[in-house]
Amino acid sequence: MQVILIFLSAVLVNNFVMSRFLGICPFLGVSKKVETAFGMGVAVTFVMALASAVTFLVYNFILVKLEITYLYNIAFILIIAGLVQLVEMYLKKSSPTLYQALGIYLPLITTNCAVLGVTVLNMENYSDSFLTSVVHGVGAAVGFTLAIVLFAGIRERMEHNNIPAAFKGFPIALITAGLMSIAFLGFTGLIRL
Amino acid sequence: MSTILLSVLALGGMGLLFGVGLSYAGIMFKVEEDPRLGEIKDALPGANCGGCGYAGCAALAEAILAGTAAPNACPVGGEASAKAIGAILGVEVTVQERQCAFVKCGGDRNKSSFRYTYQGLNSCGAAMQLAAGGAKNCAYGCLGGGSCEAVCAFGAISMVNGIALVDNEKCTACGKCVKECPKKIIELAPYKNKTRVACSSRDNGKTVRANCTVGCIACKICEKNCEYGAVHVNELLAAVDYEKCTQCNVCAEKCPMKCIVK
Repeated sequence: MQVILIFLSAVLVNNFVMSRFLGICPFLGVSKKVETAFGMGVAVTFVMALASAVTFLVYNFILVKLEITYLYNIAFILIIAGLVQLVEMYLKKSSPTLYQALGIYLPLITTNCAVLGVTVLNMENYSDSFLTSVVHGVGAAVGFTLAIVLFAGIRERMEHNNIPAAFKGFPIALITAGLMSIAFLGFTGLIRL
Repeated sequence: MSTILLSVLALGGMGLLFGVGLSYAGIMFKVEEDPRLGEIKDALPGANCGGCGYAGCAALAEAILAGTAAPNACPVGGEASAKAIGAILGVEVTVQERQCAFVKCGGDRNKSSFRYTYQGLNSCGAAMQLAAGGAKNCAYGCLGGGSCEAVCAFGAISMVNGIALVDNEKCTACGKCVKECPKKIIELAPYKNKTRVACSSRDNGKTVRANCTVGCIACKICEKNCEYGAVHVNELLAAVDYEKCTQCNVCAEKCPMKCIVK
């Protein structure tokens, strides 16, 4: 039950984009079309789930054991970069179409702060349970996907609207993102852990 | 001292492990690249103009190699690059048959019925977001918003009485309007074949009759009257097989709704 609540709170209440403000770069950059936004979401989900699992193991069985936990930032960055490379190679071989669709965004996940954010939050809050860490990671990624797909849907529709010249493009997108963030505030208090 | 040593060892070890793992994965997941791909890329102009409809010259080269694009698909390189690519692939390059865009809808303002009056942006995408996907009773028909006209770089499309008409002489078959149309009712048809079905409706006959006076009611009269087996009604819509059609135009004359044009 606790695990489900952690998942839901990561998706809705503590949505990574909307309330933690992590992963804003792809949120704005890859949200012009629902299709690519969804592809990005899937890629991020994949990397976040893997990164949560691997960083949990490395943190508990290497960093804590050797008493060098202060190195967690560097270690996590190393892990994420390695994982993204691996995922990229694997996708290129196994699914060229998905690889093409994700394009430049796949390597960009390396520097996506949401991924580092989820591993750091896992370490701070859920360093005692492997399952909880992974569930929190997946939940955060699903929340990211939800936010970016919703946002892309709105932006697709805005394309056809009569927007004043000064607001065209990113200004109106930023205003929309702000309004969406306020809307997500409505989930506050939905789940009490 | 031991902390420094440990941290260096731990991180260095992890880095080494990842490095070895990645280089091993690099061998495992190696993608064999066809050497011809590079040669085709060199034969193309390399301007990355996107005139062929692909993202760039590299994308076109891949498509040519995969067989999804013709060796002469590059409009900029022309005959020279087409011949060079043909030599690389070992195929004879033939001149592509001329095509032009065709709007598969004949229901203008007088011929088809509307459920409300649309007053808004002249954009099919905007019109389609409204109730029932546009003002027309027929869910398949041309919205008349002029998005294709706006996107055509050659001035080949004009809106006539609420319907898009393509000027066959000006059309270069670049395919931009095909992509732009939100109703997906523009297709590329052979230039010389003028016998075409000007309807996209997959509604049943009764509904079509109620919505439009020039819609395909899937009566199959065209199919029965075609001597060459070139017209077929599939999923309640007639379609001309341009390979078989001899342009005798019997189907166009027999069509009770006059939705086959010639």
